[in-house]
Amino acid sequence: MNEGLVTTSYLVSGIFFILSLGGLSKQENARRGNLYGILGMALAIFATFMSGKVSNFELLIPLMLGGAIIGAVMAKRVEMTSMPELVAILHSFVGLAAVLVGVASFLDTTHTSLAGTDKLIHEIEILLGVFIGGVTFTGSVVAFGKLRGSLSGKPILLPFRHFLNLGMVGASIYLGAQFLGQGHDAALITLLIIIAISLVLGVHLIVAIGGADMPVVVSMLNSYSGWAAAAAGFMLKNDLLIITGALVGSSGAILSYIMCNAMNRSLVNVIFGGFGTGSGGGGASSEIEGSITETSASEVAEELKDSAEVMIVPGYGMAVAQAQHVVKEITETLREKDVNVRFAIHPVAGRLPGHMNVLLAEANVPYDIVFEMDEVNDELPEVDILMVVGANDIVNPSALEEENSPIAGMPVIEAWKAKTVIALKRSMATGYSGVENPLYYKENCRMLFGDAKDSLGQVLSGLK
Amino acid sequence: MIISIPKETQASEKRVAIAPDNIAAFAKLGYEVVIEQGAGENANLSNSAYEEAGARIVDDANTVWSQGDLVLKVTPPSIEEVGMIKEGATLVSFVYPARNEELLKKLGERKINLLAMDCVPRISRAQSMDALSSMANVAGYRAVVEASHVFGRFFTGQITAAGKVPPAKVLIIGAGVAGLAAIGAARNMGAIVRAFDTRPAVKEEVKSLGASFLELNFEEDGSGSGGYAKVMSKEFIEAEMKLFAEQAAEVDVIITTAMIPGKKSPVLITEEMVKSMKPGSVVVDLAAEGGGNCELTVSGEVTVAHGVTIIGYTDFPSRLPTQSSRLYGNNLVKLVQLLGNAEEFKINQEDEVVRGALVLDKGELSWPPPAVETSVAPKKMPEPKLEGEEVEKKSNPLLSGGFLLGLLAVGLLALGWKGSSEFLDQITVFVLACFVGYMVVWNVTPSLHTPLMSVTNAISGIILIGGMLFMAGANPWLAGVAIFVATINVAGGFLVTQRMLKMFRK
Repeated sequence: MNEGLVTTSYLVSGIFFILSLGGLSKQENARRGNLYGILGMALAIFATFMSGKVSNFELLIPLMLGGAIIGAVMAKRVEMTSMPELVAILHSFVGLAAVLVGVASFLDTTHTSLAGTDKLIHEIEILLGVFIGGVTFTGSVVAFGKLRGSLSGKPILLPFRHFLNLGMVGASIYLGAQFLGQGHDAALITLLIIIAISLVLGVHLIVAIGGADMPVVVSMLNSYSGWAAAAAGFMLKNDLLIITGALVGSSGAILSYIMCNAMNRSLVNVIFGGFGTGSGGGGASSEIEGSITETSASEVAEELKDSAEVMIVPGYGMAVAQAQHVVKEITETLREKDVNVRFAIHPVAGRLPGHMNVLLAEANVPYDIVFEMDEVNDELPEVDILMVVGANDIVNPSALEEENSPIAGMPVIEAWKAKTVIALKRSMATGYSGVENPLYYKENCRMLFGDAKDSLGQVLSGLK
Repeated sequence: MIISIPKETQASEKRVAIAPDNIAAFAKLGYEVVIEQGAGENANLSNSAYEEAGARIVDDANTVWSQGDLVLKVTPPSIEEVGMIKEGATLVSFVYPARNEELLKKLGERKINLLAMDCVPRISRAQSMDALSSMANVAGYRAVVEASHVFGRFFTGQITAAGKVPPAKVLIIGAGVAGLAAIGAARNMGAIVRAFDTRPAVKEEVKSLGASFLELNFEEDGSGSGGYAKVMSKEFIEAEMKLFAEQAAEVDVIITTAMIPGKKSPVLITEEMVKSMKPGSVVVDLAAEGGGNCELTVSGEVTVAHGVTIIGYTDFPSRLPTQSSRLYGNNLVKLVQLLGNAEEFKINQEDEVVRGALVLDKGELSWPPPAVETSVAPKKMPEPKLEGEEVEKKSNPLLSGGFLLGLLAVGLLALGWKGSSEFLDQITVFVLACFVGYMVVWNVTPSLHTPLMSVTNAISGIILIGGMLFMAGANPWLAGVAIFVATINVAGGFLVTQRMLKMFRK
């Protein structure tokens, strides 16, 4: 295949990737979108194979086959509740690949012909590629550990951590400058040190971020992995890599932005601030008046039977308790009885953007009864029963009512406006933000304590 | 410890202190419940229902009274009943200590701890044990039912083949618990409802129930303590009376709920006003026990004056005995929970709710309690934020979101200043791709954000092409590992996306 044909193939696969992302705008054509992505990737790989620049097939093909098999098995086996972990670990692979490609590019001697500015640019590109790749790699591994629960979800805050971060970035820049002027062997050592620093920085950045900020972290790492791919594209003078990297990078950036907006916090605040330590001062919210009222599963079942409009607000607790299937059965039973059951999803519910939608889809809840927060907030006064399943901060009225609350200004699902609220909870513990939730003390709120799956199972048997 | 539930002995009292549903709650606290034979009969709560719930039925009143360590009752005990109570026991019931001095003396002689349900402080924390409120709620509802019973027309408006039916107009004076319940009930029956209250704070609640709120052009806030309105100035009362006089001529039903604790109820509806009402109209006076809000009310009776039926019952809650018993029972459960379980039963005077309700402490008079802070002032709404602040806050995350991108672009551009045209071409591609990505991704529906992440994950595996190009180089293993992990990404990402998208169905 001649050079021109390869370039055209790359262009076409770039277009396929754009179509692939575009396809996700609606559920109806989402699967076609994914198909475009696969086509684009296949074309790109095929063109590269045929380009004549690739050799060593006896090593390459088994490696690719092995990787594909492992990937396929992972994709097949993963539980939908563990999607965040899968996504995180996949990010780390891109990061690792970016580092390796960067080093390989540095070691590759065919580029020694470059001189002057071109050489400088090439070296800076390598630096950027490995640095972003390194941060993405270890950051994603830590995020993976946190999401899996093998690392504590609590933020680990070292003293002077901002200085540590700054110091690491500063050192990398200094070393990077050294790197540019060094001979090949000395430069290799400098490059390895920079990689080491970027790996430590990745760990340090992400351990400081708490569990419920994970939607932001994961989408941010998504973005980083894109930038790493783009940097590799510059390094290799490969437009397809640049396009793809830019697409992924901006997609991740937009997701992070949406998630941040949904928590009314800035990206800087999420990345650098443990909760409440940053701006706002974390003022103590005023004491909550009133008492909580407990209810029982059988009572809830009776009330559900007698209602016309039911809204379910799921949160991370539903994923933890694996309660989505029971939720779906309740939904189905009620819909058979002509009760209009709908779902309201907060953008940051769960540990991944859109996490709740996937869980509900897995449980076969039709997507046309699943709504976004903004779509339903106005209709809540019409709702007879609103069930909060394992969510806390996203239905906290103090976000709107208390100026001093650490979560003040965060858009929330205004659950308390419904006629009756039933909150399923393990205990009276506070949510991630550590803010008391006055919702539970409201007159129209009933608490159903216990594991969400068990409680809902009892509700379901009460309905039947 | 034994909880005793005697049958109510006062004539016309149909309620009973607890319903069978409550027994489980007491059992959970470790109490044994003993109930007098037929105690719930008048409230349609059968002996067998209590027995099934775990209570022991006892045939005679004497045994019930003498066994109980804790006696739960609705009305104050009679002197005769005091004779049967175990010395040192705790009694919980309505007491009205101000009018029952003789009774307190007798109970004092027997060293009784007496908790009065009518003295539970009206603070937020004690709402769940506020029997005055729960009974007022019942009374408000029943008032509407009684009114519609004697009223000769529909409450709701209709257009039928036989002609047009105008809706009834109902005026409710006092929008406390009873008033609000009455508004709700009357609205549900289809009547046009107007309400008046001296406290402007209740306006919103009234409106939310679908009634209109009558207002005077007069600045005075009637909010008093403990959920009651205070006594208003003379000028205010004059303006108020004028309003009532106007309304009386127009409305079909008036329900009055204005009670002032420990005092005679104010007269709001004069004989003149009753005269001006249309024949067949109804006045329901929920304040009849304290003398009535209507001049012509006869306490405990229904009378007809000037063609208007005036209902002066004093036992509205008892007229819905099943409901009231359930609610009263729930109130009692909450109060007993405050006193602790059977082993750790204690009248904890540190607790302001217990202290407020405690009338006799081991026979010693401890009423009235020292004043406590009651009733919460309406919360101040947070001041609307300035427009400018809002905008600044909004743009902030955007800035930081694009920060990295910007930094990268500026850095590379600075290099591009002296770079080759090839490099500038790359920058062009990069920037354009960023914008295409930006446009495309904003269109992605939020419910597909997870598939979006996994598909971008898969396509960022494109970095494997970089690895492939170095396979021919000096370090095939380095490139090989990169290819290996990137392929995991590609295959895993696409397949898991496919799997997820298959699940989304209508």
